[in-house]
Amino acid sequence: MAGTDPIHQFQIQKWIPLELGGYDVSFTNSSAFMLATVAGASALLLFSTAGRNIIPGRLQSVSEMAYEFVATTLKDSAGPGAMKFFPLVFSLFMFVLTANLLGMIPYFFTVTSHLIVTVALSLLVMSVVVGYGFYKHGFGFLKLFVPSGVPALLVPLVVCIEIISFLSRPISLSIRLFANMLAGHITLKVFAGFVVTMSGIGATGVLGSILPLMMTVALTGLEFLVAFLQAYVFTVLTCMYLNDAIHPGH
Amino acid sequence: MTDPDQELEARRKQLGAALASKSKEEALKEPNNTGAMAGTGYALKLSSEFIAAILVGLAIGALIDKFAGTSPWGLIIFLILGFVAGILNVLRNAGLIAVSKSERGSDYKPSQVDETPAGNAWPDEEEDK
Repeated sequence: MAGTDPIHQFQIQKWIPLELGGYDVSFTNSSAFMLATVAGASALLLFSTAGRNIIPGRLQSVSEMAYEFVATTLKDSAGPGAMKFFPLVFSLFMFVLTANLLGMIPYFFTVTSHLIVTVALSLLVMSVVVGYGFYKHGFGFLKLFVPSGVPALLVPLVVCIEIISFLSRPISLSIRLFANMLAGHITLKVFAGFVVTMSGIGATGVLGSILPLMMTVALTGLEFLVAFLQAYVFTVLTCMYLNDAIHPGH
Repeated sequence: MTDPDQELEARRKQLGAALASKSKEEALKEPNNTGAMAGTGYALKLSSEFIAAILVGLAIGALIDKFAGTSPWGLIIFLILGFVAGILNVLRNAGLIAVSKSERGSDYKPSQVDETPAGNAWPDEEEDK
């Protein structure tokens, strides 16, 4: 069953073992694919915009579409003043999207299927939101937790609930991306594994294995959709949280 | 003989007008074509919002118990509060209760841009400059 173990693809392998100050900082397959993601996204954008044609070619259209897509999302959900966060939001979008899509190539490692990576991304977003909120509005940022029109008696309870709700954001943001990628890749592997085991039985098995094969093909399409969708959802939520930092409750 | 500068200016204006009407069309089309994709994302979003709030409540309760030694009351109270916050998250995301003003971005439609003057949509934008 070693060939069809659905979890095996997520194992971290140390390529170059390193240790720094007692911490394990080995160069792993995850680090390698993160580098590949950054290199791939940068190469696409640099290469496709090198021509700077007025009438864009195919590649240039791709990067222009990505730019306009993120810019529109950001402006729609956080206002035109949020454009100063565009570099952050666009980098996050390109990183998540490229990492998800790279993971769709057989034998490639999916960076975003590890909780620690997505938690790091969402904590980056939340620290920008909290940091900018306090920098811009001082303690007025805390008005975010006190909805207007609440009876004074209920304020402590409501503030408690609002704080829990706020703290749950980075968790839900990271769990969503991680769980989608992990679950999708496991499902794909399990159905593909059925094809292998069933065709080992004999002629009936080979005939029967057409069903899981069809399922695998359909799931592959779905996974590409999920890869785009999760990058989009991550971006939209980043924009909405930035909106809180720029315009806290008023 | 036509002056090439004048001709270029005229063509530029034509292109500008064509692009303006095109982008207006696209802005109106946008809310519709995200239907199926948004639906899947929506379902996953709601469930993860709910679970995350309960986890946070659980963590806060456990920490308070650990440092104040009030076990198990912190856990009980904050688990319930986390549950409440989870319901609040879900209802807010589903748009079933008044979205708090801070999250108005979620129901801000591009099609409204044309009706309101640019300055009014985000009245507090001036302070950012």
